[in-house]
Amino acid sequence: MLDYAVTVLTFAGLYGLMALGLNIAWGMAGMVNLGLVGFFAVGAYTSAILTVKVGAPLIAGALAALAVGAASGVVVALITGRLRDDYLAIVTLGLAEVIRIAASNEIWLTNGTDGISGLPGPWRGQVSPQTFNLIYLALTLAVIAVVLSLLQNVSRSPYGRVLRAIRDDPQVAAVAGKRVMRFKVEAFAVSAGILGLAGALYGHYTSYVAPDVFVPLLTLNVVLALVLGGLGSNYGALLGALVIVAFQESARFIGIAGLSAVQVAAVREFAIAVGLIAVLRYRPQGLVPERPPRLAAAPAAGRETRLDVAASGPGR
Amino acid sequence: MTLLEVRNLRRSFYGVAALRGADLEVEAGTITGLIGPNGAGKTTLFNCVSGLVPPDGGSVRFDGEDITRRRPDEISRRGLVRTFQIARGCPRLTVMENLLLYGPRQPGEALGPALLAARGIRRREGELVDRALRIAGRLNLGPVLDRPAAALSGGQKKLLELGRALMAEPRLILLDEPIAGINPALAGEIAGHLQRLCADGMTLLVIEHHMDTIARLCDPVIVMAEGRRLARGTFAEVAANPEVQEAYMGRRAWAS
Repeated sequence: MLDYAVTVLTFAGLYGLMALGLNIAWGMAGMVNLGLVGFFAVGAYTSAILTVKVGAPLIAGALAALAVGAASGVVVALITGRLRDDYLAIVTLGLAEVIRIAASNEIWLTNGTDGISGLPGPWRGQVSPQTFNLIYLALTLAVIAVVLSLLQNVSRSPYGRVLRAIRDDPQVAAVAGKRVMRFKVEAFAVSAGILGLAGALYGHYTSYVAPDVFVPLLTLNVVLALVLGGLGSNYGALLGALVIVAFQESARFIGIAGLSAVQVAAVREFAIAVGLIAVLRYRPQGLVPERPPRLAAAPAAGRETRLDVAASGPGR
Repeated sequence: MTLLEVRNLRRSFYGVAALRGADLEVEAGTITGLIGPNGAGKTTLFNCVSGLVPPDGGSVRFDGEDITRRRPDEISRRGLVRTFQIARGCPRLTVMENLLLYGPRQPGEALGPALLAARGIRRREGELVDRALRIAGRLNLGPVLDRPAAALSGGQKKLLELGRALMAEPRLILLDEPIAGINPALAGEIAGHLQRLCADGMTLLVIEHHMDTIARLCDPVIVMAEGRRLARGTFAEVAANPEVQEAYMGRRAWAS
C-alpha cells in the first residue's frame, strides 16, 4: 500500500510539473496550449532515443529533453505568434496529434507503435523496486522544487507583470514599451521546456515510451488540474494536480452496484467533466486564486508616509 | 521646434480610406488639439503614429527621426507614448502594477534575471515605485493604488491612462479623448493636469470632442475631415472657418 501511494505521488508530481509548465504560458501570459502532451512526448522521446539508442547518460538525456522541448516551443510560438484563444487552442491541439502520429510512423527513429523500452532509471536494478520508487519520488519532488522556485521568481518579477499585462491586453503592453513577441516566445519556450523535462522524467520512471501514452486526454487532465488549482497560480497548479490524481486513483476502488467495471470507468470520466463544469461555474478562480504579488521594493510602512507627502504635492 | 511631423499619411481598411494623405505637425511645448467629426481618421492617425497600425504610405518623423512602421514598443521607448480612447488598461493588474508596467529600463524584464531574482531588479523597482507614487499623488490616484484597474470609475481610468503614459518618461503624449464621458468637475481637473504638464515642458497632442476644453487648452488646433487635414490655427480661427463649419454641420441645402 505504501508502495502504491509512492507511485501515485510520483504521477501526481509529474502532473504537477506539467501543470506548472502550462501555467507560465497559459496562466501568466494567456497563451492557451492544448498541445502540451506534444511537448511532453518530444521530451520523452528525446531522452529515450539518447539514452537507449545512443547510450548517453540519463542526466544528458533529461537536459536534452529540456532543451529540445524549449526549442520546439520557440518554433511553435513563432508559427502561432499571431493567434489567440480558440485559434491557438485548435492549432496546438492539432500539433500534439501530429507529433503523436509522427511518432507512430517514423519507425526508424521511434520504433513506431512498439515504442522504446528499457529506458534507464537511477539505480534501477541495483536496488529493490520499492527503494527505486522512493528514489524516483524524491527526484521528482526535487525537480519540482527547483522549477517551482524559478517560476515563483518569474511570477513575482517585473517579467511576470509584463506577461500578465500581455494576457490582459497585448496592445497596451506594446505601448508600454514591451516587445510582446519576445515575451510570448520566451514564455512558451520555458513552458515547453518544462513539459519536455516532465516527459523525460515520465519515460525514465516507467522505462517505456510509446505513442499511445501521449493522447489528448492527458492534456485535458493537466488543463483541468490547472483550472481547478487556480489559473495563474504555481501552488494552485501543484495542488490541482494532486487533487486530480488522487480523485482518479481513489475512484478505482469505488464500485457502483449494478455497473460493470467498464461502466464505472466511464462514470469516472463523466464525474471529472462534471467537476470541471462545477469549478468553472462556482469557483472560476480555482482553489488557490492568483494574487497580485506584493511589491518587492518599498516596505508597506514607508509607503503610507510617502503617499501622504506625494498626495500633498504639486498635484493638489 | 517641430517634435512630430506627419506627412501624407495614408491607410485604408479594405475599401474604406481612413487616412487620405494626412499632414500634421506638433511643435515642442504646445498642447496641440486634433478635432474633427466622427470618422475623420483621428484615431487611425494615432494608431499609425504609435505603430499599432502600419500606414499604407506617408511618413512619420519624431524628433527628427523617421519612425514610420516602427514597432509600437520602439516608438514608446523613444518617448512618444499614446493613451487609449476607451481606457483599456490591464483590468486584472492593480493600479500600481499598471503604473510600474510603463516604467522603462527595468532589468527584471529579461528572462534570465527574472528566473534568478537578480539583484538589480529590486533597486530599479524601488525607483519605479517612488516615481509611481509621485505620479499617483499628483493625479489623486493614491487611495486606489492596490485596486485592480477594472474596479476604477470611468474618470479614474482616464487618470490612470495619463499616469501610465507619464511613467514612460515621454517627451510627447498622444491623448485620445482624455475627458470624454466623465463628469464636468473631473474633466476640469484633468484639463488642469494637462495645463500643468505643459507648463513643466511636456508636449501634448489631444483628440477631444469637448469644444470648450479644446478652446481653453489647445493652441494650435488642427481640424481633420475625411482622412485629411482641413485647417490649422487658433481655436477662434478654425471655428470661424466656413469649411470647418461645413464639415461639422453639413452644407445648407438652400444656400444660394
